[in-house]
Amino acid sequence: MSIGHTLLGLLESGPRHGYDLKRAFDEHFGQDRPLHYGQVYSTMSRLLKNGLVEVDGVEAGAGPERKRYAITDAGITDVAQWLARPEKPEPYLQSTLYTKVVLALMTDRDAAELLDTQRAEHLRLMRGLTERKRTGDLADQLICDHALFHLEADLRWLELTAARLDKLAEAVGG
Amino acid sequence: MTPEGSLLAAEGLRKAYGPTPALDGADFSIHPGEVVAVMGPSGSGKSTLLHCLAGIIRPDSGTVRYGTHALTELTDAQRSALRRTDFGFVFQFGQLVPELTCLENVALPLRLNGTKRKDAERQARDWLAQLEVDGVDGQRPGEISGGQGQRVAVARALATRPRVIFADEPTGALDSLNGERVLTLLTNAARDTNAAVVLVTHEARVAAYSDREIVVRDGRVKDMAGRI
Repeated sequence: MSIGHTLLGLLESGPRHGYDLKRAFDEHFGQDRPLHYGQVYSTMSRLLKNGLVEVDGVEAGAGPERKRYAITDAGITDVAQWLARPEKPEPYLQSTLYTKVVLALMTDRDAAELLDTQRAEHLRLMRGLTERKRTGDLADQLICDHALFHLEADLRWLELTAARLDKLAEAVGG
Repeated sequence: MTPEGSLLAAEGLRKAYGPTPALDGADFSIHPGEVVAVMGPSGSGKSTLLHCLAGIIRPDSGTVRYGTHALTELTDAQRSALRRTDFGFVFQFGQLVPELTCLENVALPLRLNGTKRKDAERQARDWLAQLEVDGVDGQRPGEISGGQGQRVAVARALATRPRVIFADEPTGALDSLNGERVLTLLTNAARDTNAAVVLVTHEARVAAYSDREIVVRDGRVKDMAGRI
C-alpha cells in the first residue's frame, strides 16, 4: 500500500497535523499495522519536498513545533491519478484496493468506477492466462489455474465490495 | 442497418416488469466472430438484455438491429423464424427434449429448418464428435451426465451454424473441468464458424474466455473495451 498517497488522500478533506494524520490513518487503515510517527514525518517531508503538500501553519508549544500540512493542487492531481490507475493484480492486493475504495468515498470520487477499472484489469490478465492454458501443456494449465483462482478471489471481493458501496460510504462518512 | 461492422446492435433498450426497470437505456453491439461477456450482479438485467437481443422478448422502447433487420419491428413469427435459422441458444440446464435421443436432439433444429432426416443426423453426428460426446448418440438426456448433456446442448446450438450464439450461464451447473472444456469447445467452434457469442455470466473465469466484457448494473450497460 502507498502510505504517501493514503496520507495525501486524508489531507484532501482539510489540513491536519502529523499526529492527526497518524490517528486518521490508524482508524481507517491501520487495524493490522498502525503507522509509526517516524513514518508519518518522513513521508510528509518527502511529500513537502515534491511539492505535493505545503505547511499550512506552525504551532509553537512546550515540545517540538507542530506543523499543520495542507495538500497542494499537484497533490490532489497525484491522488486522483493514483486512484484512477488500476493496481497490478497480485496476491494480498485487498489492503491497497480497500484503501483506494475508502479514500474514493471519503473524497467524493466514483468508487464504483474505480472497481470497474480494476475488474477490467484483472480480466485482461485472466484472458492472457486462459489463452496460455488453451495453447499450453498440462504444466502451463496447472500454473495458470493457480493464478486464475487467486485472481478470481480478488474479483469476488471486488463484486462484493461493489454491492456494499452504499453501506461502506455510510460507514466512512463519504 | 447495424452500425459499421457490427452484426447485432442495440440502442437505448428499456424494459420494465411492473414498476421495476430491468433495462434502463442499454446499448450493445457485437461483431462477427467476437465473444462478448455480459457481466453484472444478480438482478442487474443481464438475462433481460440477452432476451431482448435475441428477440425472445420485445423491449418497451429502443431498437435491436441484426444485419438489415430491425428485430424490434418484426412480428413474433418473423422473429421466431430468425431465431431458428440465425441464432443458437445454450442455457444453464433443462434445454434438451427428454423423450428424444441425444442425436435426435442435435438434429432437431436442422429438421425444423427443413433438412432431410438422414442429412440432419449425419451433421448431428459430426457435431457430437466435435463436442467430444460421440458415444451418447442413442442415449436420452436423463441417461447421461450433466457435463455430457451440456456438450450435447452446445452441439445442438451450433448445428444450424448460427451467426449469433446466446449463452446464458452455460456452465453454471458444471464442475470446473467440465465447465472449462465446454467453454473451450463452444468458443473454438464459434470462432471457427465466425459466429458471435453473447456470453452471460457472473463468473470471472467464464468471462475470461471472451474478447471483451460489458457490465450491466441497474439496467445500464457499461462497455469496458479499451479502458486499460
